[in-house]
Amino acid sequence: MSTLCEALAAIVGPEYVSDRPEELYIYSMDPGTMPACLPDAVVLPDTTEQVCRIMELANQRKVPVVPLGAGLVLSGLSRPLRGGIVVDMKRMNRVIEVNPMSRYALVEAGTSQGMLQAYLKKHHPQLKHSCPDAPPAATVAGNVSIHGSGHLSLVGGFHSDMLNGLEVVLPTGKLVRIGSCSASPYWFARAPLPDLAGLFLGWAGTTGIITRLAIKLYPNHRFNDVDIFVCEDPELMPDVMYRLSGTQIGEDMTAWMSPKPDWARGFLHCNISYGAGSKEELIWKRNLIRASVRPIIDRKTGGFMPLPKAMKHPFLEVPGRTLSRFADVRKGGGFEYVGAIMPVDLFADAYRIGLEIAADLRVSYSLGARVIGANHCMMFFFAYAFNRADPQDVKQAQNALARTNQRVIAIGAIPWKAEAPAQKEIIGRMDPGAFDLIQAIRKVLDPQGIMNPGNWEIN
Amino acid sequence: MGTLNHDPLVCERCPTCDCLTGCQYMRFDLEAARREKQKILRGEHSQVLNDCATCYACEERCPNANHPFYQIVELQEKRGLLPVPAPITRQQQIMMQPRGTMVPARVAKPVIDMCYFPMLTGCVRGRLFEGASMIVGSDIFCNIMWLHFGKTSVIRERLPRMIDNIWNGYLKDSGVDEIVCFHDECYGTFTQLAPAFGIDVPFRCVHLFEYLAGRLDALADQVKPINAKVAYQRPCSNRLAPGTRHWVDDIFTRIGVERVKRTYDGDNALCCGQVLRAHQKDDLADDVQARNIADMVRAGAAYCVFNCPACMITLAEAVAEAGITPILMSDLCQMALP
Amino acid sequence: MRHADILHRCFRCGYCKLPGNYADFNCPAYLERRFETYSPGGRMWLIRAWLEGRIKTSPRLQDILFSCTACGNCVEQCTLANIKDQLLMAFTAGKEQLLAGGAVPPAVRDCLERLQKYGNPYGVARRKRADWAVSTAVAAFAGQDHLFWVGDEGAYDPRGQQIARSVAGLMARLGVSFGILGADEVSDGNEAKAMGEYDLFEELAATNTAAFAAAGAGSIIALSPHGFNALKNDYPKSGGALAVQHYTQVVAARMAKARFRDDGPAQTVTYHDSCYLGRHNKEYWSARKVLAAVPGLKLVEMERNLQNALCCGGGGGNLVTGILGSGADAAARVRVREAVATGAQVLAVACPTCAIMFEEAVKQEKLEGCLQVREISEIVAERMA
Repeated sequence: MSTLCEALAAIVGPEYVSDRPEELYIYSMDPGTMPACLPDAVVLPDTTEQVCRIMELANQRKVPVVPLGAGLVLSGLSRPLRGGIVVDMKRMNRVIEVNPMSRYALVEAGTSQGMLQAYLKKHHPQLKHSCPDAPPAATVAGNVSIHGSGHLSLVGGFHSDMLNGLEVVLPTGKLVRIGSCSASPYWFARAPLPDLAGLFLGWAGTTGIITRLAIKLYPNHRFNDVDIFVCEDPELMPDVMYRLSGTQIGEDMTAWMSPKPDWARGFLHCNISYGAGSKEELIWKRNLIRASVRPIIDRKTGGFMPLPKAMKHPFLEVPGRTLSRFADVRKGGGFEYVGAIMPVDLFADAYRIGLEIAADLRVSYSLGARVIGANHCMMFFFAYAFNRADPQDVKQAQNALARTNQRVIAIGAIPWKAEAPAQKEIIGRMDPGAFDLIQAIRKVLDPQGIMNPGNWEIN
Repeated sequence: MGTLNHDPLVCERCPTCDCLTGCQYMRFDLEAARREKQKILRGEHSQVLNDCATCYACEERCPNANHPFYQIVELQEKRGLLPVPAPITRQQQIMMQPRGTMVPARVAKPVIDMCYFPMLTGCVRGRLFEGASMIVGSDIFCNIMWLHFGKTSVIRERLPRMIDNIWNGYLKDSGVDEIVCFHDECYGTFTQLAPAFGIDVPFRCVHLFEYLAGRLDALADQVKPINAKVAYQRPCSNRLAPGTRHWVDDIFTRIGVERVKRTYDGDNALCCGQVLRAHQKDDLADDVQARNIADMVRAGAAYCVFNCPACMITLAEAVAEAGITPILMSDLCQMALP
Repeated sequence: MRHADILHRCFRCGYCKLPGNYADFNCPAYLERRFETYSPGGRMWLIRAWLEGRIKTSPRLQDILFSCTACGNCVEQCTLANIKDQLLMAFTAGKEQLLAGGAVPPAVRDCLERLQKYGNPYGVARRKRADWAVSTAVAAFAGQDHLFWVGDEGAYDPRGQQIARSVAGLMARLGVSFGILGADEVSDGNEAKAMGEYDLFEELAATNTAAFAAAGAGSIIALSPHGFNALKNDYPKSGGALAVQHYTQVVAARMAKARFRDDGPAQTVTYHDSCYLGRHNKEYWSARKVLAAVPGLKLVEMERNLQNALCCGGGGGNLVTGILGSGADAAARVRVREAVATGAQVLAVACPTCAIMFEEAVKQEKLEGCLQVREISEIVAERMA
């Protein structure tokens, strides 16, 4: 029998397989704090057919498989916890189709956020997709499949809500089309068929490898602005967010609370971005936004920062670069965050948890929250920077993350893209019936137990 | 030190109440003006405290130099009436606080005081500023901006230290007793605001435009007329130093530009609007900016000339979209020295 | 190792793989190989792991490090202001470490040995350095206004020699006064330095600097942007300080003197910003000015232009060592496809390395019918009266 690498090379060609120490090293970890887990091989497929054959091979040999986008999860979900094959999907990065009238784009799973954005700007400038605040190298599929959020989440919810359909390779190697594309040439919705897409959203790559996906697009307005509301009382924030989101004007609403620069410390900012087809419409929208929080402004307990247009560019940049720069706060190239999904009502509690943990453990932190839908919930993030060359610093960040996970779960939040330890915490609180169902479905889809094993398990 | 030099009796007896009757943002006939003025004199609430655009113009309008604007600001603070919401007021105070990072240094005349605009130090270049020293930073920030925030207390607290930093950190040991204020706000602070509040200023101030006019004279044989029509955006702080108004025309004559005749110039100059946005009055800011720019367009201006960097940052994009080139006065002079 | 203190500060965010408009992968090594190890971020982490003994020296590691073409896209795009300027220097330092341990790809070793022995990477005798100028009017430098720095490709590569003759001819027609050093010239050392051979670079620089001094040269016009880069930026640190220009800068200033025929065919041209003119030295406009002054040309821009240009893949010694291969994802092939996508018939270059790389790529892409690679001076000269 051929070695694993030889067998993989027969599928993708020898130049796109590696079991060399260099690749194994780099693919064993992501830029977060989770420790390295070495794969046995790394493979770079270029077609869905190749992915199917890789999966069949892995099944035959009972070798774990871990799908990988850009590896920017930061919570280590793309580390091969039990070894096996890391499938780096980024060669599959073609934009296959854009349907402007129905506003959707069909892309290969390795397509990056940046390339999709560039493609749309060039070919369909009147359309845009919801881009997360991850670096542009992050993949669309990776972010959708972990319930990511971004610059249109105020309008469209989680990025998983913006999914119209999937082409997925099941753990057995079988290829499936899910959504309207299953019974129609068009990828316009998941309705009205039985919705199988949920089997691949939030499952941390344990149910299959997405090879194609169609996502909703939205109008890309010519005129754009961002307003930044400032207050000092975290108890006020839910009301601020409720009012602002109630205008149904904004595209994105993200709060940020950072100890640096010094003028930001102790203040709560809420950015609301919006766009319009004309300047008049932009001003009209701005006025609606103003009016929604007028009672708070009149009490002088909050107001919009008087930022001239020229100084708003960093806040209008999509994706924003500030989060990447946060990695250098401790001159150590690292940060990781807990993104706790929770109701907006819990804002003040979450904020206090963040401040307490940061003060207690003396970690460099940044806090913020992105509102999902019409204030339906928020992704409250607790980001901690660390110096990866200092094991003590890494440990401290890990402690902060672990404690944050515990505390937010305790108040009723659920961390997204939870790393293995946090998964266990969540499972501990989960409805046993729901967890049993998860396990049962995994057994059906993945009888050999090869898909990203070690995640969402009890033992 | 610190008490406003103001005689209430002068206001009591003033027959014209120009401060309020001439206001561009509030409408008062003489009777209403007197009524509101009395409330202010008695330290009571007046709608003026809410509606004042803080454009400084009444400081210029008052025939008695009795500081009607400063009276308003003092009363706003006394009554806890914040024109700008509290969080923003507090945040700005932190943003603009002295960092204590200044390094005392020797300077030589002309000393150009760039206030807290480090991004504009590139303006000090070429023949126009030959041999100039420059001072800049948070530790010499003039702090006049707190007049827009109803916070004279911050001025009282910080300004003496700024003056001390300039004098003892740069000027005294260099044997220099004079600075050129790049920004009108500094000039107004040191020549009018400080004395009004009884704060000593041990150095003299030269207005940037006086300096520029002098340099243009010295370089007269190298000056090439620009031959363009320009609008001038008079900043609010120039209301504190109306005696410097003529320098604008003096410079324009020397560099061969025509100052267009327009409504919102000189006595009728309009606020750039940024402060109005800080006051959360966007509709008013929109209106003021639109009128101002439409006025420039109607008058056929090719350039809008600024003294104040804040005015420029605020209006540059809108001015440019209207087909007019925004430019600082010093950069316009640079154009005349190709 | 120098710059080792920044290695751990890389967040592997991946901005370095992309241009400013995110249009497609812009790191030639990553574009071709697609393993994260070949991205600038991967390299940073690997060098650190290697220095700390967590991975060992190996042919793979050598390949990873020496596949860097020193294009500078990572320096341009890195979001971390405090480390971005050192990125390339860190990779070069990594190469230097490998060289110190004698662990380099054979092609690199051979190239450096030839540079050491012959003063050029082709292994051709030094005395033949001026052969390209035989039967031209190009004279030896003897006090003319400028020294024309021909460089290795211009002196020894057949295509480079054509370009050298074309550039020299154009400059002469525009009244530029220049001469060449001929056999007194050795490699400018730009590629040696990019391959981590600092000592060899210093030797080459010292030889050339002495030659400049002996000849009394005060101003240099470089043919190749690689030479331009070394002479302008690195030679002063090694003791030689002269006025250095790229020939397009000189020609751009003299285009008013050029007389053109009006019978030239209308052509659409797209200009490729070579790394050592563009990103490294921020010189984006001289060549464009030159082209804009030529009648009958319509200039179009590629999607990735100016500081976003995709490197031809020939830097870091790769023109000679061939570490980066020629598959469909090879940078030069991707670039010529991009040129064709603009609708241009001509891909204009101001660098002999780029010319050689792109002409090969056009053949591999079977685009001979639709895209011509022309050097700037050739485009100008063929339309001059």
